[in-house]
Amino acid sequence: MAGIDLASALIAAAIFAGTPLLIVALGELITERSGVLNLGAEGMMAMGAIAGFAAAYHSGSAVLAVLAGALAGIACALIFGLLAISLLANQVACGLALSIFGVGLAAFVGKPYEALSLTAVPAWPLPVLSDIPLVGPALFQHPPIVYVSWLLLAAVIIFLHHTRAGLVLRAIGESPAVAHQSGYPVIAVRYLATIFGGAMAGVGGAFLSVFYTPLWAEGMVAGRGWIALALVVFATWRPARVLLGAYLFGGMLIAQLFVQGSGLEWDIPSQWLSALPYLTTIVVLVLISRRPELIRLNSPVSLGRVWRPDN
Amino acid sequence: MRGLPRLEPRARTAHWMRIVSPVLAAVLTALCGLALFAALGKDPVAAFKVFFFNPVKDLYGVSELFLKATPLLLIAMGLAVGFRANVWNIGAEGQYILGAIAGAGVALAFDQRLPAVVLLPTLFIAGALGGMAWAAIPAWLRTRFNANEILVSLMLVYVAQLLVSWLVHGPWKDPQGFNFPQTRMFEAAAVLPQIVEGTRLTHTFPLAIVALAAGHLFLNRSFIGYQLQVVGLAPPAAQHAGFPIRRAIWIGLLAGGAMAGVAGVSEVAGPMGQLTEHVANHYGFAAIIVAFLGRLHPVGILFASLLMALLYLGGEQAQQYLGLPAAVAKVFQGMLLFFLLATDVLAQYRIRWGLSPLRPGER
Repeated sequence: MAGIDLASALIAAAIFAGTPLLIVALGELITERSGVLNLGAEGMMAMGAIAGFAAAYHSGSAVLAVLAGALAGIACALIFGLLAISLLANQVACGLALSIFGVGLAAFVGKPYEALSLTAVPAWPLPVLSDIPLVGPALFQHPPIVYVSWLLLAAVIIFLHHTRAGLVLRAIGESPAVAHQSGYPVIAVRYLATIFGGAMAGVGGAFLSVFYTPLWAEGMVAGRGWIALALVVFATWRPARVLLGAYLFGGMLIAQLFVQGSGLEWDIPSQWLSALPYLTTIVVLVLISRRPELIRLNSPVSLGRVWRPDN
Repeated sequence: MRGLPRLEPRARTAHWMRIVSPVLAAVLTALCGLALFAALGKDPVAAFKVFFFNPVKDLYGVSELFLKATPLLLIAMGLAVGFRANVWNIGAEGQYILGAIAGAGVALAFDQRLPAVVLLPTLFIAGALGGMAWAAIPAWLRTRFNANEILVSLMLVYVAQLLVSWLVHGPWKDPQGFNFPQTRMFEAAAVLPQIVEGTRLTHTFPLAIVALAAGHLFLNRSFIGYQLQVVGLAPPAAQHAGFPIRRAIWIGLLAGGAMAGVAGVSEVAGPMGQLTEHVANHYGFAAIIVAFLGRLHPVGILFASLLMALLYLGGEQAQQYLGLPAAVAKVFQGMLLFFLLATDVLAQYRIRWGLSPLRPGER
């Protein structure tokens, strides 16, 4: 019985650790499907993390914290949109600038909040479901934001593949010129998709500082924004696969717990275990990228390319 | 978008803008800095002086500026080679750390046995090889498996940080270091001598200037440099002309790795004299901004690295005298790149106000 308890505890921990990756990657997926490559996820997450933490600290409300995180992410995304969509600057460079700026600004405004901590947001066990052995504790005893992330996934799938608006978004990502000629507002849609990506990155950041740790420290995002970007490639721009990847990486992020829980007397330096998610990201990228047809079939054709209406 | 400002492509890129826009970006960043200081309740003019003038108010300050600029310009010059070929090496920070680790390893092993005249060049070779080895990973994965070099090189930054952290907490920790996570101080044979009495300047600054000149010859006067540029500007044309794109990726990444590794050694064998986990100091990322701000051109990179070094020193001053978090320097760095990207638009487009012409088919 102890083994089963441990297994469901580890699955629960992996899901919890993977949730911010899921949220951020879903947002980035929508952005990228419109043809915009925003590499600023790391910076937007950092800003979301500090905004969320500050809001939670002053208001005591986790809901306000998530909203504040989303707003901070949106503000960052708007800077990116102004440069990359309106001013036609190189998207890779803009995303990089946003990452550097966001991480720096978050560290700057976050200084007074260091060494403070929040009380953890309690779990909401779902009635009935949470009583199922193994599955219940693993899946249904989380804080509500985890369940919301599942709804978000469903919403993204439905939007992208079963609504007209989703079709327009994908068409713009494939060929902005054709979509423009057909009368669709390319710039507006790309802004909206970028804003959605920013909001989700901000929420993912707030998840880290309010639900996960829960505290604020400089550098706490620790590359999760970049991992989320890799996750979108890993998922070949399909939302359902993002879920799989996010929880896989969640598992890597809690590798330390796993080793402790295994009861084995391994003397592995903590730094080696901490390197696992980054190394896994590389391995996973290689596995996906070595099949160019997978990437070519699924990646939005206009991804990362500057586009302006001819007239 | 009728009646709103529009961007209209210039018939030819405005080359004067390529020089004006970094200057404009620096001025806009400074203005934003004034506004930021005022918003924080500091006297903006006094704060501005602390940030931008205090660091260089005497000769020692100026020497510190050159000291800080050295790793930045070394890394940026290496990155420029890759960026010319559109190879996005974002992981210079990690390559720098690996260079520092390689140099520190050689120093710790041989500093009691070899004379400086042999050891110091060996350190630099080891550092360059360390940085190149780390850069070879994204180069190989990109050319062999088509894995995105941005994400791979960036992931390796985190791995490098953990690697150096493990080394200085574990096998390389100074046994007499009161448990601080750092190696022992290197013996004199592994430490670069000062070239100006009373400053911390070492031979790496003149070396970096030589590297700039070499970089200029390589990029602008050699056939490989020309090939790199064609690969970067027009990959299909490069393919058509038979220019090897794979080789451009390798050269771009290895050049960045080698220079970043050398920069890492210049710090551990220079002002630090030991290896600690804080060896990197964000130089690898700041150098990306330096490379862009310097227009991937050696002379531009020299000026840009001095400006970036000033931001570093100003950040330290602001922490000390204004009580601002040190991260203020990173905020300025990010702003600088934002403004550069924005002002660069003017090199390729002109702004038109008023009505746009009708689309075909519209009345």
